[in-house]
Amino acid sequence: MKEIILIKNGELALKGLNRSSFEDKLVKNIRRRLKSIGDFDYKKSQSTIMIEPKNEDTDLDEVVEAISKIFGIACFSRAAAIKKDMQEIMPATVEYLKDELSLASTFKVNAKRSDKTFELKSPQICEELGGYILDHFPNLSVDVHNPEIIVTVEIRDNYAYIRGGQIKGAGGMPVGTGGRAAVLISGGIDSPVASYMMAKRGIELTAIHFASPPYTSERAELKVVQLLQQVSKYSGRMSMLVVPFTQIQEQIKDNCPEELFTLIMRRAMMRTANIIAQKQNCAALITGESVGQVASQTISALACTDAVAQMPVFRPLIGMDKDEIVAISRKIETFDISIQPYEDCCTVFTPKHPKLKPSIEELEKAEELIPLDSLIEKAIEEVKIIPIFANKE
Amino acid sequence: MEAYLDNSATTQLCEEAIAEMTDMLKNNFGNPSSLHKVGTKAHLSLQSAREAVAKKLGCEAKEVYFTSGGTQSNNIAVLGAVNALSRRGKKIVTTAIEHPSVEECMKALEKRGFEVVRLMPENDGKISVEALKNAIDKNTILVSVMAVNNEIGSIQPVNMIKPIIQKAGSPALVHTDCVQAFGKIPVSPSKLGADIISISSHKIHGPKGAGALYVRKGIRLLPEVYGGGQENAVRSGTEPMPAIIGFSAAVNALPDIKAEFEQVKHIRDYFLDKIKKEEAITVNSPEDALPYIINISVEGLRSEPMLNLLSDMGIYVSSGSACAKGHKSKVLESLGFEDDRIDSALRISLSRFTTKQEMDYLFEGIKKCQAQIRKK
Repeated sequence: MKEIILIKNGELALKGLNRSSFEDKLVKNIRRRLKSIGDFDYKKSQSTIMIEPKNEDTDLDEVVEAISKIFGIACFSRAAAIKKDMQEIMPATVEYLKDELSLASTFKVNAKRSDKTFELKSPQICEELGGYILDHFPNLSVDVHNPEIIVTVEIRDNYAYIRGGQIKGAGGMPVGTGGRAAVLISGGIDSPVASYMMAKRGIELTAIHFASPPYTSERAELKVVQLLQQVSKYSGRMSMLVVPFTQIQEQIKDNCPEELFTLIMRRAMMRTANIIAQKQNCAALITGESVGQVASQTISALACTDAVAQMPVFRPLIGMDKDEIVAISRKIETFDISIQPYEDCCTVFTPKHPKLKPSIEELEKAEELIPLDSLIEKAIEEVKIIPIFANKE
Repeated sequence: MEAYLDNSATTQLCEEAIAEMTDMLKNNFGNPSSLHKVGTKAHLSLQSAREAVAKKLGCEAKEVYFTSGGTQSNNIAVLGAVNALSRRGKKIVTTAIEHPSVEECMKALEKRGFEVVRLMPENDGKISVEALKNAIDKNTILVSVMAVNNEIGSIQPVNMIKPIIQKAGSPALVHTDCVQAFGKIPVSPSKLGADIISISSHKIHGPKGAGALYVRKGIRLLPEVYGGGQENAVRSGTEPMPAIIGFSAAVNALPDIKAEFEQVKHIRDYFLDKIKKEEAITVNSPEDALPYIINISVEGLRSEPMLNLLSDMGIYVSSGSACAKGHKSKVLESLGFEDDRIDSALRISLSRFTTKQEMDYLFEGIKKCQAQIRKK
C-alpha cells in the first residue's frame, strides 16, 4: 500500500497574497530536511502539501519525526493512497487503520470529494464505508458529534486518500519567512531555547559564540556545536561563528574596575555581535536573557548592553521563570547537553560584587581604559566559521 | 613533545596486550561456553587469563571472576556482599573518599534501610585505625575501604581492618577497591586481609572493558546481575574475551613491583624537588602517598584553564578526578583545604613509562601557565 504525508498549513492559510511564497519556502525547508531520508514528490493544492515517497521502502516513521520539527506546519497526517474504486477503498481502509480502529469505541467517517466524477457522492461514501467498518469492528459504534477517531477519505484527481488521526506539527512560521537574526549562544540552558523560539517565528539563524581559550576548553565549543545541531532540527541549517575572546576579557580584567567586568564584557560581546551580524545580513540580535536572572540581567544592566546595539535585540525569554525555560529545553532536547559542566566565556572572570545599577557614563569611562575597537576588530578578523546541520541533513 | 600524565584516568595499551588481543580478535572468536572446538579454544584462553591474574594476586584461579571493569567489580562486591549478609546485621563501614562506584552503592543501600558509616580521613589523607575500631561492631556486615585514593594517592591501612573485625566479633567481610593500587603496591588477599578485591585492566596498560574481582573461596555473593550464569553466576554475560586476554597480557607484562615503585618514586621526588622552590605551588598529596599520584595546587589559577593550556602544549593532566567532571573534589574538601586551593587542584599521575624529561616539560608548562593565565 502506498503511503504518503499530507500537510495542512495552519497560520499560513491566513496570509493572503503572501501565501504562495510562504508555501514555497515551507516546501523548500521540508525538501532540505527530508533529503537524507529518501526521494519524494511534492504537490501543493488547496492549502495542502502532499509528500509522496518515490520508493516504497522509505521509512515514513523517520519522515514523521523530521516533519514534526519543521516550523510552519500546524498538523499533518499519514495517509494511504488507494485506487479510486469503492471495492478497493473499503478493505484498504480496514487494513490501513486496523490498529487504531480496534482500540477505539466510537468513530465517524468524513468524506471529501474534489473529483466530482467519482461514482458516489460524499454522504454515500460515508454511509457505505461506515457500514463496512462496523461490520469488521464489533467494538465500534458511530458517533458523529464526538468520535474518538475520524476516518477521512478524500477523493482527489489520481487517488483516494485515507487517513485516521492527525499528528500535531511544530506550529509557527516557515524558517526564512521572518528574515535573519544572529543569536548569541554560550552553552547554557537559555540561549538554545531563545534560538528555538525565534526560529519558530520564521527567523533564520546565525549563531555567534565567544570562546576564551584556555579559560574555556575545546569541549565547551563542541558542546555548543552539539546544542546547535539539536536546535537546527527545528531551525534548519546555520553557521556558527566562533569569536576568539580571550584577549578582550584579559584586557578588561587587567585594566577595568572589577565591579564592572561582566557588563563591560557583555557590551563588548554586543558590539562584536553587532558588527558580525551586519556582515552576515542579520537584521536583529537574539539573546537568552531574562529579567533578574543574574546581576547582568537587571533592567538597568540590560539598558547598558542595549545601548551599544545598533539593531533590535530580541529576548524571547525576558519574562520567563527558569523552570519554564527548562521545560522548553527538555522538550527540544537541549537540556541534557546544556548541563554538561564546562566553563563558558560568561563565567571566566566574575566579580565578587557586580554593580547592580551601573550607569552608561561610568561604563563608557571604564571602557576608555582599553583599546576596545581595535581589540574587537582583531577578534572579528580571527572568527572561525563552523557549518551546522541537523544530524542527518 | 607530549607528556601523558593522566595515568590514573587511563593508561596507554602496552605492546603485549595489543599483540595478544589482535591475535584473539583474528583467530579466536569463540564463546567459551560453547562445547565445540571453537568454544573450547576460547575457554582455554579464558582459563589461562584467570590463572595469570590469580598468580599476580597470590590466590587460586577459582577465586578470580572477570567483570567489565572497576565499577562493575565494586558494584558486585558491595551489593553482593550486603545482599548475602543482610540477615546478620544492618551496618556498613566505609570512607568518605571512595570512588563513586562504591559511594553510589552505599547511597542505594541507605535507601534500603542500611546504616552507612563514612569515615573521614585525617589530615594525612588516611583513615585512622582508631576511627575504624570505633565504627566496626557486631552489627557490621561489610567494611569497604579503598587501598589507594584516586585523587591524592593516600594509602589506606586496609590490612588493619581484619584484626579489628575479629576482635569486635563482627561477621563483616572486608572489601577493598584496589583499582589504583594493583600493579603498583603489593595487592594480595593475605597481605591486605581482604575477602573481596576489585581491580581493573585499563589502569595497568590493559584495555578498557575488563576488570576482575577476587572473592575468597567459601564466600557467596548475591550480586544483582542475572543471566546465563557465567563467572560462577557472579557476573552473567558472555565474557568479553579480547578485553580479558588483553588484561591478562598486561598483568603478565607488569615488571617487578619493587623496582618499578622505586623508579617512579625517584621521578616523583625529582619533580617534588623542582617545585619545592616555587612558593605558589603547594602539594596536596601527603608525603607517604603512592608516588604514582601527585596532586598539586597553583595559587590563584583555576584547574580548568591550566588543564586547557597544558593540553594545548601536549601535556595531559586532570583536575580532581576525570570520573566526576565539574564537581568539587570531596577528598580535598575532607582534608580541610580552602575552596581556592581545591579550585586549583591538578592531578598528575605517572606510569612506569613516565620519564624525567616529561616531568621537566610539565614544570615548564606550569611556569607558562603562571605567566599567561590571569588569576581569578
